[in-house]
Amino acid sequence: MDKPFAITLDPGSSLANRTGSWRTSRPVYLDRLPPCNKQCPAGEDIQGWLFHAESGDYESAWRHLTKDNPFPAIMGRVCYHTCESACNRGQLDAPVGINSVEHFLGDEALKRGWKLTAPAVETGKHVLVVGAGPSGMSAAYHLRRLGHRVTVHEAGPLLGGMMRFGIPKYRLPRDVLEAEMQRVVDLGVTVNLNSKVANILDTMQAGAFDAAFLAVGAHIGKRAMIPAGDAAKIIDAISLLRSMEGEDKPMLGRRVVVYGGGNTAIDVARTAKRMGAEPLIVYRRTREKMPAHDFEVEEALQEGIMVKWLSTIKQADESSLTIEKMALDSKGFPQPTGEFETIEADSLVLALGQDVDLGLLDGVPGLQVSDGVVQVGANMMTGHPGIFAGGDMVPAERNVTVGIGHGKAAAKHIDAWLRGEQYVPPPKHEVAAFANLNTWYYTDAPKTVRPMLDIIRRQSTFDEVQGGLDEGTALFEARRCLSCGNCFECDNCYGVCPDNAVIKLGPGKRFEFNYDYCKGCGMCVAECPCGAIKMEAEEI
Amino acid sequence: MSFQPLHFYQTGTFTIGNRLLAEEDLSVQSDIERTNSLNSGHRACQGCGEALGARFAIDAAMKAARGRLIAANATGCLEVFSTPYPETSWQIPWIHSLFGNTAAVATGIAAAIKVKRQKGEMGDVRVVAQGGDGGTTDIGFGCLSGMFERNDDVLYICYDNGGYMNTGVQRSSATPPAARTATTMPVGPEPGNAFGQGKFVPAIAMAHEIPYVATATVAGLHDLEYKVTKAMGMRGARYIHILVPCPLGWGSASQDTIRLARLAKETGIFPVFEAEHGEVTGVLKIRRQQPVEEYLRLQKRYAHLFGKTPAVETIARLQAAADKNIRKYGLLDQEAN
Amino acid sequence: MLKQTEGSHAVAEAVALCRPEVICAYPISPQTHIVEGLGEMVKAGEVANCEFINVESEFAAMSVAIGSSATGARTYTATASQGLLFMVEAVFNASGLGLPIVMTVANRAIGAPINIWNDHSDSLSQRDCGWIQLFAETNQEALDLHIQAFKLAEEVSLPVMVCMDGFILTHAYERVDVPTQEQVDAFLPPYEPRQVLDPTQPVSIGAMVGPEAFSEVRYLAHAKQMQALERIPQLAEQFKEVFGRDSGGLTHSYLTDDAETIVVAMGSVLGTIKDTVDEMRAAGDKIGVLGITSYRPFPIDSVRAALQNAQRVVVLEKSLAVGIGGILSTDVRMAMSGLQLHGHTVVAGLGGRAITRKSLRALFAQAARGELGHLTFLDLDWNVVNKQLERERTTRRSGPAAESMLRDVGVIAARIG
Repeated sequence: MDKPFAITLDPGSSLANRTGSWRTSRPVYLDRLPPCNKQCPAGEDIQGWLFHAESGDYESAWRHLTKDNPFPAIMGRVCYHTCESACNRGQLDAPVGINSVEHFLGDEALKRGWKLTAPAVETGKHVLVVGAGPSGMSAAYHLRRLGHRVTVHEAGPLLGGMMRFGIPKYRLPRDVLEAEMQRVVDLGVTVNLNSKVANILDTMQAGAFDAAFLAVGAHIGKRAMIPAGDAAKIIDAISLLRSMEGEDKPMLGRRVVVYGGGNTAIDVARTAKRMGAEPLIVYRRTREKMPAHDFEVEEALQEGIMVKWLSTIKQADESSLTIEKMALDSKGFPQPTGEFETIEADSLVLALGQDVDLGLLDGVPGLQVSDGVVQVGANMMTGHPGIFAGGDMVPAERNVTVGIGHGKAAAKHIDAWLRGEQYVPPPKHEVAAFANLNTWYYTDAPKTVRPMLDIIRRQSTFDEVQGGLDEGTALFEARRCLSCGNCFECDNCYGVCPDNAVIKLGPGKRFEFNYDYCKGCGMCVAECPCGAIKMEAEEI
Repeated sequence: MSFQPLHFYQTGTFTIGNRLLAEEDLSVQSDIERTNSLNSGHRACQGCGEALGARFAIDAAMKAARGRLIAANATGCLEVFSTPYPETSWQIPWIHSLFGNTAAVATGIAAAIKVKRQKGEMGDVRVVAQGGDGGTTDIGFGCLSGMFERNDDVLYICYDNGGYMNTGVQRSSATPPAARTATTMPVGPEPGNAFGQGKFVPAIAMAHEIPYVATATVAGLHDLEYKVTKAMGMRGARYIHILVPCPLGWGSASQDTIRLARLAKETGIFPVFEAEHGEVTGVLKIRRQQPVEEYLRLQKRYAHLFGKTPAVETIARLQAAADKNIRKYGLLDQEAN
Repeated sequence: MLKQTEGSHAVAEAVALCRPEVICAYPISPQTHIVEGLGEMVKAGEVANCEFINVESEFAAMSVAIGSSATGARTYTATASQGLLFMVEAVFNASGLGLPIVMTVANRAIGAPINIWNDHSDSLSQRDCGWIQLFAETNQEALDLHIQAFKLAEEVSLPVMVCMDGFILTHAYERVDVPTQEQVDAFLPPYEPRQVLDPTQPVSIGAMVGPEAFSEVRYLAHAKQMQALERIPQLAEQFKEVFGRDSGGLTHSYLTDDAETIVVAMGSVLGTIKDTVDEMRAAGDKIGVLGITSYRPFPIDSVRAALQNAQRVVVLEKSLAVGIGGILSTDVRMAMSGLQLHGHTVVAGLGGRAITRKSLRALFAQAARGELGHLTFLDLDWNVVNKQLERERTTRRSGPAAESMLRDVGVIAARIG
């Protein structure tokens, strides 16, 4: 078209006008650390694997998850999921049911028979792992993935350690436990059962190991000094739980008193209930002060387990216990009141904590033990070069998730140490705080409630209490994730830019800014739902 | 509800797009191949709501018209920032004639298209007219009303930023009460724009009983696209009135444009609805109701209400106006109350 | 085909023969009969493929025309007087955008005082609006000029006003030769726009142009009118070949070759002037007439050539440039620049005042005697004017002038005390 001069213009010719020169600050994409990831003791990239689960690609989700933690089916059942307490969604409605999605993914993997990825290369190094509990098996897995030969020495007859001997089967069915353990063994890990390491240095020398990771569980129940008659039946909780795994179930009688306020006390009480007893928990403080997780207490109470709060046991006899009532002082500590009562009891189970048998460390030079645990550096190495430790053996909170995290961390450090290097973890991204989110864009979705087993069955059998999500509900739950701090390709930045200065790169490739035209208005930052963009001052 | 919400729980329908949605559920703006009818390089202010609204609306119209669209544009910001010689940002056939005649120019285009189609010289090309509130509710109102009553086959889109921003922020008949403009300064006994004046053109459009009238904001892209698409599926005179915050005229931060549009809707200050042949047929409900103060405080044009002695009565009058909208249009879900 | 018909209807038939595609109409006297006629023809299906739009104002009429013309449709409208003024902004815009709209202006006075009768104040007020303005002398020429106007407008991409005297031509029944469709089709090809709103070739029309290019754009508008100046006589020639009539062109000379006095005028008054000239020629006066058909572009060379051998020029115009005198005269005098001629401006026929042969003969005789002043108001009632001036001099609240003067001449004496 022979267009009239000046009044008629060619389409889109304003591309010649680079409005980017107006800018005084520029938007930049970034990944922030989601609070769930930051919180996870096992170091899982929760937001990362949920991202795959959201699209229904469960295998990718599972593979992403198992890069950090090889036991999602176990985790999904026994992890105390502090990630959910950290979840930003909790400030919006209720936290994402991360644990239940993990449970689903773990079960899905078992159902479909997905295998862990085998190592790409063999390093020729040989690492000894002592203890086939969560920490030891986690380390074995990660070491194997890094190409090292791994041999596990386990004192007990079966794999799983405290996961087997400390957690009742109604919380963790044994077929699930065994399947996830076996999957690690299938990677080429050598396991020697019933093989207690008496002296670590001897064992290492005998096997010509290049390094060792010690992960012995806290299997020794603590005893309290309770005056007891000869006929009194007193048993420690961990022994009781261990004996549940054998053929001969312990004889507890009808009236079982459990002494303690931790998770083990609850486990024991609920186990006793399932054996037909009428358990009573005696705890010296109040429910608010109880260290056991509230949901476990709640489930126990629902099952009809009684708790005697603010009470200590002063005397144990054949069929009765003497209780002293306590009162909290102004600082919240229980103080004796001098008020006593007698209750009937066929047996008393002490759930007052556990210790680790550190006998294998006797005579190891450089090694430091204090308060019944081994001291390790930031690299999980003990004072003796080449000997690393984790799980219940080291100063930390004792639970499965923490143990698994130790195993992973130790594996990385052992791997580096074997190469004469030092493992430096990548710097952490800044945390994606709730204030970084624009929550308008998320619809209000209630948390999916995991189906609970019928209350009657729960009281009388060892069937698993907490069921899993089905695929539909798992997908729903995964999609409740806000993807804090990580772009999930919602197209908001692409859509809200008044200057078309955002380039959409296509599925999975995210976006780019076109700084030729970006005027720096900041709308993309304000309207990014997940806080994955920030403004930076322009150098002028 | 104006549109059927998708059962997607991570983000619902509120984000522009999502990798998990089926293609047919994606917004036009999320499309990597969208027209960008108003292309980069335009000279709108940072965070311009009108530039955004125009691309939202015209891209959606382009999709609905399968690329066969002609636009007539009133004088005003949109025209000035998009077509200063020697560059235009428009990628579609576009004409600017005058400030007050856009609806009539569009009528002429539509008439020409009708004849050209009859003669087989042209396909089914559609027409949109667009202008700011000044060019629509004031100077262009006569032509707009004429286009409406003749039921000419034109979709008229008004980008309402509540004043004559291009000429330096003067009052229009769409300027809200109490707002400061260069011609309604915050001085004297009744600072800012007077109460009891102004007009709400969507209601006047409805009085013409034209096939379709709708309001929308730049904060509700899905609703906006739904309405443009619906309007493009109809024949005859159609009117869409889009609230487009103006950082310059409102004295707001450039990144707050969408936030303000959202607040305008969530407070009830700006009712979002649609009407067919003069009757309201759909209302976009308030999702998270906010007091109008939340909306006002972000804007310097209302700064005089929040001085040393806050203008409590004036704020209450503005709240009452929002409440009236809420009642009149039923903006709150009964269950939600 | 020869027929006895009203001027407005003749024009409507001519426009219909030009195959218009969009017609916008808003009623204002005295152009109403034209669009009424077209409206009926379109509605009856006699004009194929044409949209007839009843708009809400002249401003809308021109705006609709802008839209349709920019979309490549042959577009027509008509107006007069106040209507033309009401659309002025769009009138300038149409020419600025180079849109070949054809518009009939049924010339009529401009108020206040409101007056529906003929003079040339309306279109001459749009002297600089960038449109081509052609003035018809007769109904036949009005008809012919519309056919030429479409061709001219579309060739040079400029809008054209065809000006015809309100009532005197629009409402006069005269014999006209209405051409056949074949003739018109042979003369006027389909419209091929220079620029068009087309989704297959998108452009932005109507950009904002700053100081860096505005002068050039305006110069180009002038250059197009200069092109039109060349094309107008050529089109008249082509028209003659097809239709066998002399119509249009830039100017018409009548008995000017040996004339000592030449009267210059536009529109229907030329007929009366020629009759007067015939009488005076018969009496031996060397007097001639120059009719101007193309007011814009103004044919300076043609006018100068026609006038250069005369001794005096009398520009008789139905318009008044208040504060100086003539409007047409200004242009004619520019054409006379450097020629040793006596120039006279005569303002006549304002608001429909009849221009009689008697008055003209007296006027021309006075001119021939060298007794005519530079500016003359033909047949002005000095008695009324002086009375009003006296009234205003002596009384502060002298009241509305028009009504006072009407009372003086007795027109409304019966009704107003």
